This record gives sequence, structure tokens and C-alpha cells, in this order.
Amino acid sequence: MNLTVNGVTHEIESSPLTTLLDVLREELGITGAKAGCHQGGCGACTVLIDGEPRRSCLMPVGYANGGEITTVEGLGTVDDLSPIQQAFVHHYAAQCGFCTSGMMLAGQSYIAHGGSDDAEAIQKALGGHVCRCTGYSKIIDAVAAAARGDSFDLTETAIGKHTTMATGGAE
Amino acid sequence: MVMDAATEVLMPSSEDEAIAAFGDGTDVLVVGGGTIVVPELTYRRLQPSRALMLGDAGLSGIEKDGSRVTIGAMTPVQELVEMPAPLGPCAANVADIEVRSQATVGGNLCAGEGSEAPRGDLQGAFLAVGATARSAAGGDVTEQPLEEFLAKRGERLLLSVSFEEPAAGAFAGLDRPHTHDYTALAVSGARAADGTLRLAATGAGSWGARLPSAEAAAGDPAAAGEAALEDVSPHDDALASAWYRTKVLPVLVRRVLADLKEPA
Repeated sequence: MNLTVNGVTHEIESSPLTTLLDVLREELGITGAKAGCHQGGCGACTVLIDGEPRRSCLMPVGYANGGEITTVEGLGTVDDLSPIQQAFVHHYAAQCGFCTSGMMLAGQSYIAHGGSDDAEAIQKALGGHVCRCTGYSKIIDAVAAAARGDSFDLTETAIGKHTTMATGGAE
Repeated sequence: MVMDAATEVLMPSSEDEAIAAFGDGTDVLVVGGGTIVVPELTYRRLQPSRALMLGDAGLSGIEKDGSRVTIGAMTPVQELVEMPAPLGPCAANVADIEVRSQATVGGNLCAGEGSEAPRGDLQGAFLAVGATARSAAGGDVTEQPLEEFLAKRGERLLLSVSFEEPAAGAFAGLDRPHTHDYTALAVSGARAADGTLRLAATGAGSWGARLPSAEAAAGDPAAAGEAALEDVSPHDDALASAWYRTKVLPVLVRRVLADLKEPA
């Protein structure tokens, strides 16, 4: 089996029944997808498979064979944040950061599918993602801003001051 | 945590291969989309010697032949969401879009009885449309009423379900406290082209059940609602108490009957 993760193709040795989450984190050492509940209930492990958001903890890697996987590491870098990452920084949508990668990937897919800045539609698209800091309003604001294509001046944020708070959250 | 290499994984690439790999079903874990069984494997509540992964077996897709609809067992639940009631709204009530897009119709229908909650959200809706199940065991392929299949669903490999499009359909369920809860309680109803009315509940017992007493009393919705209680035995679980389900079931039956009465 093989997976292309953020543009790099890897041969996979784990059993096809191993979860994609375990392959990413343990076989490949790519830790952006967070291991929260391990049962599909929290959304912290969501990645994009061929552009579609899926829970990597529920996905047997055999079903992702040959797929293009995007994790949060594939969205952007501290020096070159993607629009949704900029929106999350601007709107202070990351608190502890554990849910952030899953939230941003679900938001990215929502926008890529033509999603609008309508709060109710965003709630529906991200409805399976849990933020235990309860920062939902800011998360929805951030996705809405990115959906509108807002541009942001981040010079006064932590990112603008060259610290590294916002792209990946906690390891 | 990495899966035990001890589990032999079978990945058939056609229906025939899937039927052969399933055999008589002994010691084989069937993996549909995986959304129910994968956590069981992760937490080692299941440690199968063989696992049958059906993703490439060609069992996905919805076909229409006149008024007959056939849905492959590996069709994602999300693909049902736009269908008319009761199936569409029932499918939309399953998990969130990410899980629903991976979860399959067959996996949902065949889900083992949950200890903490009833499973098989779609069972009620498919019972209401009078679905038949095409399944295999020991190389023998049979089509039978879904009720008969569900009664022994661990013993056969589901290939597809089919039904005649109903003339009218309705679905009413309890709002979910969270997107990932299984259906706490829902009632599906459908009127067939020949006038036959079917009602079925999900969440009023361990799995979906027809409500024949309610069907017989359908002319009087209030009486039908009360009669539904004769057909099921709701129990306490993490989602709702038996008491609450007993109070709400008649209400849902009345709502479904009211919706079915509206002209199409």
C-alpha cells in the first residue's frame, strides 16, 4: 500500500486494518492529526482524503490506499499561512489547539465545496467536531471569514511577532 | 496502537470474491465502512482472526429500475440523504457528514446490538418501505424480507437491499443531543403504491421493529400511538430512559401519521 501525505508518497507497512491515524502518527511520525477519542466522536483526527474530510481514527488505512492525504502540516507554514490558518489566527479561533487541525481541515473542505459564510451551514459542516475549550463562536467566525475571502493583517498577532503558536497546536 | 498482524485481512475485489471469502461466516469480522467496528478493534473489544474488508468488492451504488430501488450494502449512508422520506431524513439523522460519508448502509443495518445504545439507525426506515435483503452464506445467495434477514443478521453477508418506491413516506425522530449519538428514538412510516401502510420504530428496542398494532389502528392516530407501545419494549440506556421512550413513541407515531395524511 502507499499513501501520498502532503505531496510526499510513502510505502505503508501496517496491516490494511490499522487506522489511518495510527499510520500517520506512529508509522510516519506525522502528528498534526490529533488522537482524541479514537472512536470518531471528537473530530480532532480529521484529515482530508482526496479532498474529503474523514475521521482518520475510523478509517482503515486499506480504504485510503493510493489516496492523497492532507494533514494540517499540508495547509501552510508559519511563514506562509493558508487563508483558513490566517483566519483562525486573526479571530483567535485556537485556544488549546487540540481540535484546531481537525476544525481547519473540515473548514477548508467546506470552503472548497463552495460553502458560504452562513453560520448555520458552517455549524452543520463542522457539527461533528468538539472544542473542549468551547471556543465555537470564534471558530465559526474564522471559517466564515475564510469563506468570504477576507484578508487579514496579522502583524499585531503572535504570528506577526514571530512566535509559533498557531499552525499545529499541541503535539 | 498498531493492529495485530495476527488478523488475516481479506480484501475481495468483486461480489463473487466477497461471497467466497465470507464462506459460512465463521470467524470472520465483516468490515463495511468501518465506523462501528474500527473503534472496537482499536480498543481490542474485538480481536478477530479474519477480517473481510468490503471496500473494493463493488457493492456500492444505488440503482433504479422503474419504481424498484436497489441499494448496495457498501453504499455510503450520505448518498441516501437526498432521498424522499422516510429514508432521506432518517439517513440525515445519522452522525455527521464525515462519519456518514464513510459509514455504509449495510454496516448500519447489520450493526451488532449496542450495549450503551440501540444501533441500526436505518433499520426502521427500511422496514417501513418494506425492503428485501439480498444476502449470501455458504455460497448461497437469497433474497428475503428485511425483517427475516435482521433476525439472523450475524449469519449472512448482506449484498444489497431493495424496495418499491413508496407513494408517501414520513420520518419523525427525537432531536439528538450530539451528532454522534445513535438514534434515541425514531418512527418511520410509508404508504405503498397499493395502499399498504407500514410503520416501524428505531430505538424502541435493541433493533428496528415494525409496529403492526399501530398500523392496524392507523385510522385513529391517537389510538395508533398508544397501540405502538404493544409492539415494542423500550429500555433504559445511555441515550434515554424506557419511561421517556414510552412517553414519546406515541407522539412520534402521531406525527408520522399526520405527515402521511398530507397530500403529496
